[in-house]
Amino acid sequence: MTVAALPAVALGELLRSMADDEFVIGFSDSEWTGIAPLLEEDVAMSSLAQDELGHAAALYGLLGKLVAANPDALAYDRQPGEYRHCRLLDHGRGDWAMTIARRYLYDSADAVRLEALAGGTWEPLADLVGKLIREERYHRMHAGAWLERLARDGGEARARLLLALRELQHDAATVFTPLPEEAALVGAGILAMPMAELERRWRATIGPVFAELDLPMPPATRQIERGRLDHGEAFRWLWGEFTAVRRSEPGATW
Amino acid sequence: MVRPIAARDPDPSAVRAALAEVADPEIPVVSIVDLGMVEDVRVGADGIHVVLLPTFVGCPALDVIRSAVELRLRDFDRAVDVRFEYHVPWTSDRITPDGHHKLRASGFAPPAPVQADSPVLVQLMTPVDCPNCGSDRTVLESAFGPTQCRAIYHCTACRQPFEAFKPV
Repeated sequence: MTVAALPAVALGELLRSMADDEFVIGFSDSEWTGIAPLLEEDVAMSSLAQDELGHAAALYGLLGKLVAANPDALAYDRQPGEYRHCRLLDHGRGDWAMTIARRYLYDSADAVRLEALAGGTWEPLADLVGKLIREERYHRMHAGAWLERLARDGGEARARLLLALRELQHDAATVFTPLPEEAALVGAGILAMPMAELERRWRATIGPVFAELDLPMPPATRQIERGRLDHGEAFRWLWGEFTAVRRSEPGATW
Repeated sequence: MVRPIAARDPDPSAVRAALAEVADPEIPVVSIVDLGMVEDVRVGADGIHVVLLPTFVGCPALDVIRSAVELRLRDFDRAVDVRFEYHVPWTSDRITPDGHHKLRASGFAPPAPVQADSPVLVQLMTPVDCPNCGSDRTVLESAFGPTQCRAIYHCTACRQPFEAFKPV
Protein backbone atom coordinates (compact mmCIF):
# COMPACT_ATOMS: atom_id res chain seq x y z
CA MET A 1 0.00 0.00 0.00
CA THR A 2 1.39 3.40 -0.95
CA VAL A 3 1.85 6.02 1.73
CA ALA A 4 -0.57 8.40 0.01
CA ALA A 5 -3.35 5.80 0.17
CA LEU A 6 -2.94 5.19 3.91
CA PRO A 7 -5.74 6.15 6.27
CA ALA A 8 -3.18 8.15 8.19
CA VAL A 9 -5.36 9.43 11.03
CA ALA A 10 -6.74 6.02 11.92
CA LEU A 11 -3.37 4.33 11.49
CA GLY A 12 -1.78 6.89 13.81
CA GLU A 13 -4.45 6.20 16.43
CA LEU A 14 -3.88 2.45 16.12
CA LEU A 15 -0.10 2.73 16.47
CA ARG A 16 -0.38 5.18 19.37
CA SER A 17 -2.83 2.96 21.24
CA MET A 18 -0.70 -0.16 20.78
CA ALA A 19 2.58 1.59 21.61
CA ASP A 20 1.10 3.22 24.71
CA ASP A 21 -0.37 -0.12 25.87
CA GLU A 22 2.99 -1.87 25.60
CA PHE A 23 4.85 1.07 27.11
CA VAL A 24 2.58 1.36 30.16
CA ILE A 25 2.38 -2.35 30.92
CA GLY A 26 6.14 -2.58 30.45
CA PHE A 27 6.75 0.14 32.99
CA SER A 28 4.17 -1.35 35.37
CA ASP A 29 5.91 -4.72 35.19
CA SER A 30 9.30 -3.14 35.79
CA GLU A 31 7.94 -2.02 39.18
CA TRP A 32 8.53 -5.63 40.28
CA THR A 33 12.25 -5.60 39.53
CA GLY A 34 13.96 -6.42 42.80
CA ILE A 35 10.80 -7.13 44.82
CA ALA A 36 8.92 -9.94 43.04
CA PRO A 37 7.74 -12.83 45.26
CA LEU A 38 10.31 -15.28 43.84
CA LEU A 39 13.74 -14.75 42.33
CA GLU A 40 12.57 -16.45 39.11
CA GLU A 41 9.64 -14.05 38.93
CA ASP A 42 11.92 -11.09 39.50
CA VAL A 43 13.84 -12.17 36.40
CA ALA A 44 10.65 -13.04 34.50
CA MET A 45 8.89 -9.71 35.15
CA SER A 46 12.03 -7.79 34.27
CA SER A 47 12.36 -9.77 31.04
CA LEU A 48 8.67 -9.24 30.19
CA ALA A 49 9.07 -5.51 30.89
CA GLN A 50 12.11 -5.37 28.62
CA ASP A 51 10.14 -7.11 25.86
CA GLU A 52 7.21 -4.71 26.17
CA LEU A 53 9.36 -1.58 26.22
CA GLY A 54 11.14 -2.90 23.12
CA HIS A 55 7.79 -3.52 21.42
CA ALA A 56 6.73 0.01 22.37
CA ALA A 57 9.95 1.46 20.94
CA ALA A 58 9.37 -0.34 17.63
CA LEU A 59 5.75 0.87 17.48
CA TYR A 60 6.71 4.45 18.40
CA GLY A 61 9.31 4.16 15.62
CA LEU A 62 6.58 3.35 13.07
CA LEU A 63 4.37 6.11 14.45
CA GLY A 64 7.29 8.54 14.36
CA LYS A 65 7.79 7.90 10.64
CA LEU A 66 4.08 8.32 9.98
CA VAL A 67 3.69 11.63 11.81
CA ALA A 68 7.30 12.87 11.42
CA ALA A 69 8.05 12.87 15.14
CA ASN A 70 10.92 11.67 17.30
CA PRO A 71 10.01 8.30 18.91
CA ASP A 72 11.51 9.33 22.26
CA ALA A 73 9.46 12.52 22.23
CA LEU A 74 6.35 10.44 21.54
CA ALA A 75 7.16 8.16 24.45
CA TYR A 76 8.19 10.72 27.04
CA ASP A 77 7.12 14.27 26.17
CA ARG A 78 3.34 14.04 26.37
CA GLN A 79 1.15 15.06 29.27
CA PRO A 80 -0.62 12.20 31.12
CA GLY A 81 -3.96 13.00 29.47
CA GLU A 82 -2.44 12.59 26.00
CA TYR A 83 -1.59 8.90 26.40
CA ARG A 84 -3.97 6.46 24.71
CA HIS A 85 -3.30 3.20 26.58
CA CYS A 86 -6.38 1.31 27.68
CA ARG A 87 -7.81 1.85 31.16
CA LEU A 88 -7.16 -1.80 32.03
CA LEU A 89 -3.57 -0.67 32.56
CA ASP A 90 -4.53 2.24 34.83
CA HIS A 91 -4.88 0.46 38.16
CA GLY A 92 -1.42 0.71 39.65
CA ARG A 93 0.91 -2.19 40.26
CA GLY A 94 -1.11 -3.68 43.10
CA ASP A 95 -0.24 -7.06 44.57
CA TRP A 96 0.89 -10.17 42.70
CA ALA A 97 -2.68 -11.31 42.02
CA MET A 98 -3.51 -7.90 40.52
CA THR A 99 -0.42 -8.08 38.33
CA ILE A 100 -1.31 -11.56 37.08
CA ALA A 101 -4.99 -10.70 36.52
CA ARG A 102 -4.05 -7.60 34.54
CA ARG A 103 -1.40 -9.44 32.55
CA TYR A 104 -3.72 -12.31 31.71
CA LEU A 105 -6.52 -10.00 30.56
CA TYR A 106 -4.11 -7.84 28.58
CA ASP A 107 -2.04 -10.63 27.01
CA SER A 108 -5.09 -12.58 25.91
CA ALA A 109 -6.63 -9.43 24.38
CA ASP A 110 -3.36 -8.31 22.79
CA ALA A 111 -3.02 -11.73 21.13
CA VAL A 112 -6.43 -11.34 19.48
CA ARG A 113 -5.52 -7.84 18.33
CA LEU A 114 -2.16 -9.00 16.91
CA GLU A 115 -3.81 -11.85 15.00
CA ALA A 116 -6.12 -9.28 13.39
CA LEU A 117 -3.10 -7.25 12.23
CA ALA A 118 -0.93 -10.12 10.97
CA GLY A 119 -1.01 -10.27 7.20
CA GLY A 120 -2.40 -6.73 6.98
CA THR A 121 -1.81 -4.59 3.93
CA TRP A 122 0.57 -2.09 5.52
CA GLU A 123 3.81 -4.06 5.47
CA PRO A 124 5.84 -2.19 8.10
CA LEU A 125 3.22 -3.06 10.71
CA ALA A 126 2.36 -6.53 9.42
CA ASP A 127 6.08 -7.47 9.42
CA LEU A 128 6.59 -6.24 12.97
CA VAL A 129 3.43 -7.98 14.18
CA GLY A 130 4.69 -11.29 12.79
CA LYS A 131 7.67 -10.99 15.09
CA LEU A 132 5.70 -9.71 18.09
CA ILE A 133 3.38 -12.74 17.97
CA ARG A 134 6.36 -15.09 18.40
CA GLU A 135 7.51 -13.24 21.50
CA GLU A 136 4.10 -12.65 23.06
CA ARG A 137 3.45 -16.42 23.18
CA TYR A 138 5.87 -16.53 26.10
CA HIS A 139 3.99 -13.78 27.91
CA ARG A 140 0.68 -15.59 27.51
CA MET A 141 2.19 -18.82 28.75
CA HIS A 142 3.52 -17.04 31.85
CA ALA A 143 0.28 -15.24 32.72
CA GLY A 144 -1.84 -18.31 31.98
CA ALA A 145 0.23 -20.58 34.24
CA TRP A 146 0.01 -18.10 37.12
CA LEU A 147 -3.70 -17.44 36.67
CA GLU A 148 -4.36 -21.15 36.97
CA ARG A 149 -2.08 -21.51 39.97
CA LEU A 150 -3.68 -18.66 41.91
CA ALA A 151 -7.21 -19.73 40.98
CA ARG A 152 -6.71 -23.39 41.96
CA ASP A 153 -4.70 -22.76 45.11
CA GLY A 154 -7.77 -21.56 46.97
CA GLY A 155 -7.38 -19.63 50.23
CA GLU A 156 -5.73 -16.25 50.15
CA ALA A 157 -4.31 -16.66 46.62
CA ARG A 158 -7.73 -17.24 45.10
CA ALA A 159 -9.36 -14.57 47.27
CA ARG A 160 -6.85 -11.99 46.14
CA LEU A 161 -7.26 -13.02 42.50
CA LEU A 162 -11.03 -12.60 42.77
CA LEU A 163 -10.57 -9.16 44.33
CA ALA A 164 -8.21 -8.15 41.52
CA LEU A 165 -10.58 -9.40 38.82
CA ARG A 166 -13.40 -7.48 40.49
CA GLU A 167 -11.38 -4.27 40.50
CA LEU A 168 -10.45 -4.71 36.84
CA GLN A 169 -13.75 -6.05 35.55
CA HIS A 170 -15.23 -2.83 34.15
CA ASP A 171 -12.02 -2.01 32.30
CA ALA A 172 -11.13 -5.57 31.25
CA ALA A 173 -12.27 -5.17 27.64
CA THR A 174 -10.84 -1.69 27.04
CA VAL A 175 -8.06 -3.04 24.79
CA PHE A 176 -10.95 -3.19 22.29
CA THR A 177 -12.00 0.45 22.63
CA PRO A 178 -13.16 1.45 19.14
CA LEU A 179 -10.52 3.62 17.44
CA PRO A 180 -11.41 6.92 15.78
CA GLU A 181 -12.10 6.17 12.10
CA GLU A 182 -11.32 2.47 12.54
CA ALA A 183 -13.62 1.60 9.64
CA ALA A 184 -10.92 3.10 7.39
CA LEU A 185 -8.37 0.63 8.81
CA VAL A 186 -10.67 -2.29 8.15
CA GLY A 187 -11.52 -0.93 4.69
CA ALA A 188 -7.83 -0.63 3.83
CA GLY A 189 -7.14 -4.19 5.01
CA ILE A 190 -4.75 -3.07 7.76
CA LEU A 191 -7.00 -4.40 10.53
CA ALA A 192 -8.99 -7.56 9.81
CA MET A 193 -12.17 -6.57 11.65
CA PRO A 194 -13.63 -3.91 13.97
CA MET A 195 -12.66 -3.80 17.64
CA ALA A 196 -16.18 -4.84 18.71
CA GLU A 197 -15.79 -8.07 16.72
CA LEU A 198 -12.33 -8.63 18.21
CA GLU A 199 -13.83 -8.30 21.67
CA ARG A 200 -16.30 -11.09 20.85
CA ARG A 201 -13.40 -13.28 19.71
CA TRP A 202 -11.48 -12.51 22.89
CA ARG A 203 -14.47 -13.47 25.06
CA ALA A 204 -14.76 -16.74 23.16
CA THR A 205 -11.07 -17.39 23.85
CA ILE A 206 -11.01 -16.69 27.57
CA GLY A 207 -14.52 -17.95 28.31
CA PRO A 208 -13.57 -21.65 28.59
CA VAL A 209 -10.52 -20.80 30.74
CA PHE A 210 -12.60 -18.72 33.16
CA ALA A 211 -15.31 -21.42 33.26
CA GLU A 212 -12.74 -24.13 33.97
CA LEU A 213 -11.24 -22.10 36.82
CA ASP A 214 -14.68 -20.95 38.05
CA LEU A 215 -13.78 -17.27 37.68
CA PRO A 216 -16.36 -14.58 36.84
CA MET A 217 -16.22 -13.32 33.25
CA PRO A 218 -15.79 -9.55 33.02
CA PRO A 219 -19.01 -7.74 32.05
CA ALA A 220 -19.28 -5.47 29.03
CA THR A 221 -17.53 -2.15 29.53
CA ARG A 222 -19.87 0.78 29.98
CA GLN A 223 -18.98 3.75 27.79
CA ILE A 224 -16.31 1.73 26.03
CA GLU A 225 -15.74 4.66 23.66
CA ARG A 226 -13.92 6.34 26.57
CA GLY A 227 -11.82 3.24 27.27
CA ARG A 228 -8.56 4.93 26.38
CA LEU A 229 -9.32 8.26 28.05
CA ASP A 230 -9.75 9.55 31.61
CA HIS A 231 -6.49 8.18 33.02
CA GLY A 232 -6.52 8.40 36.81
CA GLU A 233 -4.20 8.97 39.72
CA ALA A 234 -2.32 5.66 39.39
CA PHE A 235 -1.23 6.53 35.86
CA ARG A 236 -0.24 10.07 36.86
CA TRP A 237 2.07 8.53 39.44
CA LEU A 238 3.58 6.09 36.93
CA TRP A 239 3.97 8.92 34.38
CA GLY A 240 5.86 10.92 37.00
CA GLU A 241 8.20 7.96 37.48
CA PHE A 242 8.89 7.15 33.85
CA THR A 243 9.38 10.76 32.76
CA ALA A 244 11.45 11.80 35.80
CA VAL A 245 14.85 11.48 34.14
CA ARG A 246 13.68 13.03 30.89
CA ARG A 247 12.14 16.02 32.70
CA SER A 248 15.18 16.53 34.93
CA GLU A 249 17.30 17.67 31.97
CA PRO A 250 15.15 18.52 28.95
CA GLY A 251 16.86 17.84 25.64
CA ALA A 252 19.78 15.93 27.16
CA THR A 253 21.36 13.20 25.05
CA TRP A 254 23.87 10.54 25.99
CA MET B 1 30.70 10.18 -9.09
CA VAL B 2 33.46 8.63 -11.19
CA ARG B 3 35.40 6.02 -9.33
CA PRO B 4 38.93 4.99 -10.21
CA ILE B 5 39.04 1.70 -12.14
CA ALA B 6 41.28 0.09 -9.55
CA ALA B 7 38.68 0.52 -6.78
CA ARG B 8 36.82 -2.74 -7.39
CA ASP B 9 33.68 -3.40 -5.43
CA PRO B 10 34.28 -5.80 -2.57
CA ASP B 11 33.02 -9.33 -3.01
CA PRO B 12 29.83 -9.93 -0.95
CA SER B 13 31.29 -13.22 0.26
CA ALA B 14 34.26 -11.32 1.66
CA VAL B 15 31.81 -9.02 3.45
CA ARG B 16 29.99 -12.03 4.87
CA ALA B 17 33.28 -13.49 6.04
CA ALA B 18 33.99 -10.22 7.84
CA LEU B 19 30.53 -10.28 9.43
CA ALA B 20 31.29 -13.77 10.73
CA GLU B 21 33.83 -12.05 13.01
CA VAL B 22 31.23 -9.77 14.59
CA ALA B 23 30.38 -11.32 17.95
CA ASP B 24 26.95 -11.22 19.58
CA PRO B 25 27.41 -8.79 22.50
CA GLU B 26 25.35 -10.90 24.91
CA ILE B 27 26.77 -14.32 23.97
CA PRO B 28 30.16 -13.45 22.47
CA VAL B 29 31.08 -17.04 21.58
CA VAL B 30 28.70 -16.84 18.61
CA SER B 31 28.76 -14.36 15.76
CA ILE B 32 25.84 -12.64 14.11
CA VAL B 33 26.33 -15.05 11.19
CA ASP B 34 26.18 -18.09 13.53
CA LEU B 35 22.91 -16.71 14.90
CA GLY B 36 21.43 -16.38 11.42
CA MET B 37 20.89 -12.64 11.85
CA VAL B 38 22.44 -11.72 8.49
CA GLU B 39 19.59 -11.80 5.97
CA ASP B 40 21.19 -9.96 3.07
CA VAL B 41 24.48 -8.44 1.97
CA ARG B 42 24.50 -6.29 -1.13
CA VAL B 43 27.42 -4.37 -2.59
CA GLY B 44 26.57 -1.54 -4.95
CA ALA B 45 28.00 1.68 -6.31
CA ASP B 46 26.59 3.47 -3.26
CA GLY B 47 28.29 1.21 -0.72
CA ILE B 48 27.68 -1.94 1.30
CA HIS B 49 24.15 -2.70 2.46
CA VAL B 50 23.62 -5.17 5.28
CA VAL B 51 20.15 -6.33 6.34
CA LEU B 52 20.03 -7.87 9.81
CA LEU B 53 17.12 -9.59 11.56
CA PRO B 54 16.80 -8.74 15.27
CA THR B 55 16.59 -11.86 17.43
CA PHE B 56 14.13 -10.04 19.72
CA VAL B 57 12.33 -6.76 18.97
CA GLY B 58 13.46 -5.25 22.24
CA CYS B 59 17.02 -6.57 22.10
CA PRO B 60 19.10 -3.86 23.79
CA ALA B 61 22.22 -5.00 21.91
CA LEU B 62 21.05 -3.84 18.47
CA ASP B 63 22.86 -0.50 18.56
CA VAL B 64 26.04 -2.21 19.73
CA ILE B 65 25.73 -4.73 16.88
CA ARG B 66 25.20 -1.94 14.36
CA SER B 67 28.35 -0.11 15.54
CA ALA B 68 30.36 -3.35 15.55
CA VAL B 69 29.31 -4.11 11.96
CA GLU B 70 30.18 -0.59 10.81
CA LEU B 71 33.53 -0.83 12.53
CA ARG B 72 34.38 -4.26 11.09
CA LEU B 73 33.42 -3.26 7.53
CA ARG B 74 35.44 -0.05 7.64
CA ASP B 75 38.38 -1.90 5.99
CA PHE B 76 36.37 -2.16 2.76
CA ASP B 77 36.53 1.60 2.41
CA ARG B 78 32.91 1.94 1.35
CA ALA B 79 29.85 3.59 2.84
CA VAL B 80 28.11 1.05 5.10
CA ASP B 81 24.36 0.96 5.57
CA VAL B 82 23.10 -1.39 8.31
CA ARG B 83 19.39 -2.00 8.59
CA PHE B 84 17.29 -4.04 10.99
CA GLU B 85 14.20 -5.45 9.32
CA TYR B 86 11.27 -7.67 10.23
CA HIS B 87 10.00 -8.75 6.81
CA VAL B 88 11.52 -12.14 7.58
CA PRO B 89 10.96 -12.86 11.29
CA TRP B 90 14.11 -14.15 12.94
CA THR B 91 13.54 -17.53 14.54
CA SER B 92 15.87 -19.67 16.61
CA ASP B 93 15.77 -22.21 13.75
CA ARG B 94 18.10 -19.83 11.87
CA ILE B 95 21.01 -20.57 14.22
CA THR B 96 23.55 -22.50 12.14
CA PRO B 97 24.96 -25.96 13.03
CA ASP B 98 28.22 -24.17 13.74
CA GLY B 99 26.34 -21.84 16.07
CA HIS B 100 24.81 -24.83 17.88
CA HIS B 101 28.25 -26.34 18.32
CA LYS B 102 29.75 -23.12 19.70
CA LEU B 103 26.82 -22.56 22.08
CA ARG B 104 27.11 -26.09 23.49
CA ALA B 105 30.90 -25.81 23.85
CA SER B 106 30.47 -22.70 25.98
CA GLY B 107 27.80 -24.17 28.29
CA PHE B 108 24.59 -23.02 26.57
CA ALA B 109 22.06 -25.52 25.33
CA PRO B 110 21.12 -24.65 21.75
CA PRO B 111 17.41 -24.23 21.02
CA ALA B 112 15.22 -27.18 20.11
CA PRO B 113 13.51 -26.84 16.71
CA VAL B 114 10.49 -24.53 16.87
CA GLN B 115 7.17 -26.38 16.93
CA ALA B 116 4.90 -23.60 15.74
CA ASP B 117 1.70 -25.51 16.47
CA SER B 118 2.35 -26.73 19.98
CA PRO B 119 1.92 -24.62 23.12
CA VAL B 120 5.06 -22.85 24.15
CA LEU B 121 5.15 -24.56 27.54
CA VAL B 122 5.06 -27.98 25.89
CA GLN B 123 8.07 -26.95 23.84
CA LEU B 124 9.95 -25.65 26.85
CA MET B 125 9.16 -28.77 28.89
CA THR B 126 10.72 -30.96 26.22
CA PRO B 127 14.04 -31.91 27.83
CA VAL B 128 17.09 -30.35 26.26
CA ASP B 129 20.46 -32.07 26.53
CA CYS B 130 22.63 -30.74 29.33
CA PRO B 131 25.56 -28.88 27.76
CA ASN B 132 27.79 -29.96 30.67
CA CYS B 133 27.26 -33.74 30.84
CA GLY B 134 25.06 -34.48 27.83
CA SER B 135 22.25 -36.04 29.89
CA ASP B 136 18.65 -35.50 28.81
CA ARG B 137 17.44 -35.71 32.43
CA THR B 138 16.89 -31.96 32.55
CA VAL B 139 13.99 -29.84 33.78
CA LEU B 140 12.84 -26.33 33.02
CA GLU B 141 13.42 -23.98 35.97
CA SER B 142 12.24 -20.74 34.42
CA ALA B 143 11.21 -19.64 30.95
CA PHE B 144 12.95 -16.33 31.57
CA GLY B 145 16.65 -15.79 32.01
CA PRO B 146 19.30 -13.08 32.15
CA THR B 147 18.57 -11.96 28.60
CA GLN B 148 15.42 -12.11 26.51
CA CYS B 149 16.63 -15.08 24.46
CA ARG B 150 17.53 -17.43 27.33
CA ALA B 151 15.66 -19.83 29.65
CA ILE B 152 17.00 -21.57 32.79
CA TYR B 153 17.17 -25.36 33.16
CA HIS B 154 18.49 -27.77 35.78
CA CYS B 155 20.26 -31.03 35.05
CA THR B 156 19.25 -33.79 37.49
CA ALA B 157 22.19 -35.95 36.37
CA CYS B 158 25.12 -33.60 37.02
CA ARG B 159 23.04 -31.33 39.29
CA GLN B 160 24.10 -28.18 37.52
CA PRO B 161 21.94 -25.30 36.39
CA PHE B 162 22.40 -24.18 32.79
CA GLU B 163 20.94 -21.78 30.28
CA ALA B 164 19.27 -22.69 27.03
CA PHE B 165 18.47 -20.59 24.02
CA LYS B 166 14.68 -20.25 23.81
CA PRO B 167 12.89 -21.67 20.80
CA VAL B 168 11.32 -18.56 19.23
